[in-house]
Amino acid sequence: MNALISNLDSVLASFWATIRLTVVSAIFALILGTILATMRVAPTPVFRLAGTVYVNTLRNTPLTLVLLFCSLGISNVLKLNFSDDPSVNGYWFAVLGLSAYTSAFVCESLRAGIGTVSLGQAEAARAIGLTFVQSLRLIILPQAFRSVIGPLGSVLIALTKNTTVVIVAGYAEAAYLMSEMIYEGSGTVPIFLGFALGFIVLTLPTGFFFSWLSKRMAVVR
Amino acid sequence: MSTSILYDIPGPRTRLRNNVYALLGAIGLIVIAYFVYSKFDQAGQWSAKLWTPFIDPQVWTGQILPGLAGTLSAALVAAILSLLFGVVFGLGRLSEHRWLRLPSATIVEFFRSIPVLMMIFFAQAGAFDLFGYTMSAFTAVVIGLTLYNGSVLAEVFRAGITSIPRGQAEAAYAIGLRKSGVIRLILLPQAVTAMMPAIVSQMVVVLKDTALGYIIAYEELLNTGFRQLPATFANIVPAAIVIAAIYILINLGLGQVAHWLERRSRRSRLKAPRTSTRSTIPQGTVT
Amino acid sequence: MRLRRFGALLLSAAALSSLAACGGGSDSYASVVEKAEKTKKLTIGVKFDQPALGLKKPDGSVEGFDVDVAKYVAKQLGVDESNISWKETISKNREPFIQQGQVDLVVATYSILPERKEKVGFGGPYILAHQDTMVRGNETSISKVEDLKGKRICQASGSNSYKRITDPPPNGRSIEAQLVPAGSYGECVERLKGGTLDAVTTDNLILAGFASQGGDFKILGVPFTDEKYGIGMKKGDTSTCNKVNEAITKMYQDGTATQLLQKWFGAAKGLEFPTTPPQFEPCS
Repeated sequence: MNALISNLDSVLASFWATIRLTVVSAIFALILGTILATMRVAPTPVFRLAGTVYVNTLRNTPLTLVLLFCSLGISNVLKLNFSDDPSVNGYWFAVLGLSAYTSAFVCESLRAGIGTVSLGQAEAARAIGLTFVQSLRLIILPQAFRSVIGPLGSVLIALTKNTTVVIVAGYAEAAYLMSEMIYEGSGTVPIFLGFALGFIVLTLPTGFFFSWLSKRMAVVR
Repeated sequence: MSTSILYDIPGPRTRLRNNVYALLGAIGLIVIAYFVYSKFDQAGQWSAKLWTPFIDPQVWTGQILPGLAGTLSAALVAAILSLLFGVVFGLGRLSEHRWLRLPSATIVEFFRSIPVLMMIFFAQAGAFDLFGYTMSAFTAVVIGLTLYNGSVLAEVFRAGITSIPRGQAEAAYAIGLRKSGVIRLILLPQAVTAMMPAIVSQMVVVLKDTALGYIIAYEELLNTGFRQLPATFANIVPAAIVIAAIYILINLGLGQVAHWLERRSRRSRLKAPRTSTRSTIPQGTVT
Repeated sequence: MRLRRFGALLLSAAALSSLAACGGGSDSYASVVEKAEKTKKLTIGVKFDQPALGLKKPDGSVEGFDVDVAKYVAKQLGVDESNISWKETISKNREPFIQQGQVDLVVATYSILPERKEKVGFGGPYILAHQDTMVRGNETSISKVEDLKGKRICQASGSNSYKRITDPPPNGRSIEAQLVPAGSYGECVERLKGGTLDAVTTDNLILAGFASQGGDFKILGVPFTDEKYGIGMKKGDTSTCNKVNEAITKMYQDGTATQLLQKWFGAAKGLEFPTTPPQFEPCS
């Protein structure tokens, strides 16, 4: 316990890194996931195919490998980098890997959400002359989002926990610090419980908030 | 031409416009693919020397397949244990006894809330610290995966059982079954059928998460294929591509099973209310 | 009792998990020497991803200088090399593996350091390595350690070689280099090749192993630390430590050490091979 208290600053800093990674990746994943979902229901087969291939690839690859590939493949081979400062660069590659991976799950949730929108809504949208993009933007997606708030919440919680995997990219967040502290030999059980508590504090309220929100925003049929 | 309710059957002008979009999209994708290809080429990543190890049978029998066996065995044991865990605690949460319901709920919520990686770390370090027991990396990975995925499956089972129309349970009690019989004979079989796709998707998660064993040096696919193998051949990028392909193929296979089960169970139930995506989901993809 | 069945299920699950927990435990012996004598078997931790030191080959065998040293020492303890089971130790799990008894000995580029000696014991050292720096073959702006200022150097997971550069004295040299994290030294070398970092700095033996794989690299040849590679064992296992030291002395006396060094590092430029063992650390 002492180790946790005497290192409270760095423990809190590591959780702050976790939060920063989660929030920024969540925003990008939501945007990318929406685009992907649109592609997967689009009238143009090429986009549908591209969306399908992307989602199936990312969903079926371990996140560990996705993150390794981002940093090795994109940064090192393609030589596309965000910044010359390695720590900034590492952070953005972690964000890139996490949001690329999570967006596949956002896309799938959203697509399920599109499935729950009642048929009359889409037919009415077409009847008043809206194009595909317009009907999606104005009629379908707003309702789809409201019906998948719960699943999106689960995706967000999964993302929060997945940030621990960026350990392989060497970006220091909570799990990294935990393994360092256990390695330093400052006790196992209290450190584990302390860090577990940190994650519970992050994920449980998120879960409650999203289930409350999904009830509140549920589409009445 | 697949028809969708999200857009009308296109007329001549729309068809032309769609074709233009398709062409632009295709060109865009080809440009990206070419860019990636040429950059890899510049970096010499396509050179035969880096790829020939993968046609050497010894590389497969000596490193990749043992790694795959490590991945699959950990996944299999973890899958079976998490199903058990899921049934026990899923039913525990549905119990009418508070002393069973509360601990079950606490355990499930606790393990659902913390990252698998932390459980794996803790399993190995904690087992020794607390009991002086030497835990192999295999056991640590299996325990971590079981606790997490078991908790998720507990929720799946719970949702599956509560989703069964109440009439089923009432009818079962009416013909004189006890609670254990109602659950075992009436509710669980139906719940498992309905939840099968979710269960199989969770198996994909189990399989993928065995890759976390990489971090504690468990000899699984990522470890043998991505760290040990490139140490001999200095071909880390090709290795990553091959290993990713293996994972994707296995998981796609599992996904197909889920898809097939879903269609089977959908067929056996009443027609679902008509909704808008049925026809827009391209056939033969994982859902 | 309606819940009997669930109770039974719970119990059986608990039994299963405790069963899982029981497998694979090893009997305890007072020392590794005793274990070697009684069972004629040893579990030795080596690196699996370090060319020329400890490397797992596609055929499943392991090879390298550390591996050969381990075989020699095991033989002196009366264990045949076919009775050694090799276990991978990565930098990070060396101390836990020894403490938890997952391995009997560790011969894995394992520098003897005061903070490590608090947790485990060491025999040897069997060789002195020195930290050096490897750069791309066409690199002209780095010729000595001081040139690393502002450059991107590799921070391999579980290795603290980078601290000798960036930490303030006496630990390091307060050189403000930028750290690029990587999972292993293999990844470091790949990044060096790709140009996302400028230099890999760690023990010269490790660098020589990678350089021998080909690729356009050069080692600066300006060593600046002494890394005493020791053989890790449980803390307080004095008899094993003494026995290991005898074995190392013998390895140098009968010429095996020189021969092994030639075999694994003969091709590397700028390495000098000792013919006498390094000064041993006290065994208590």
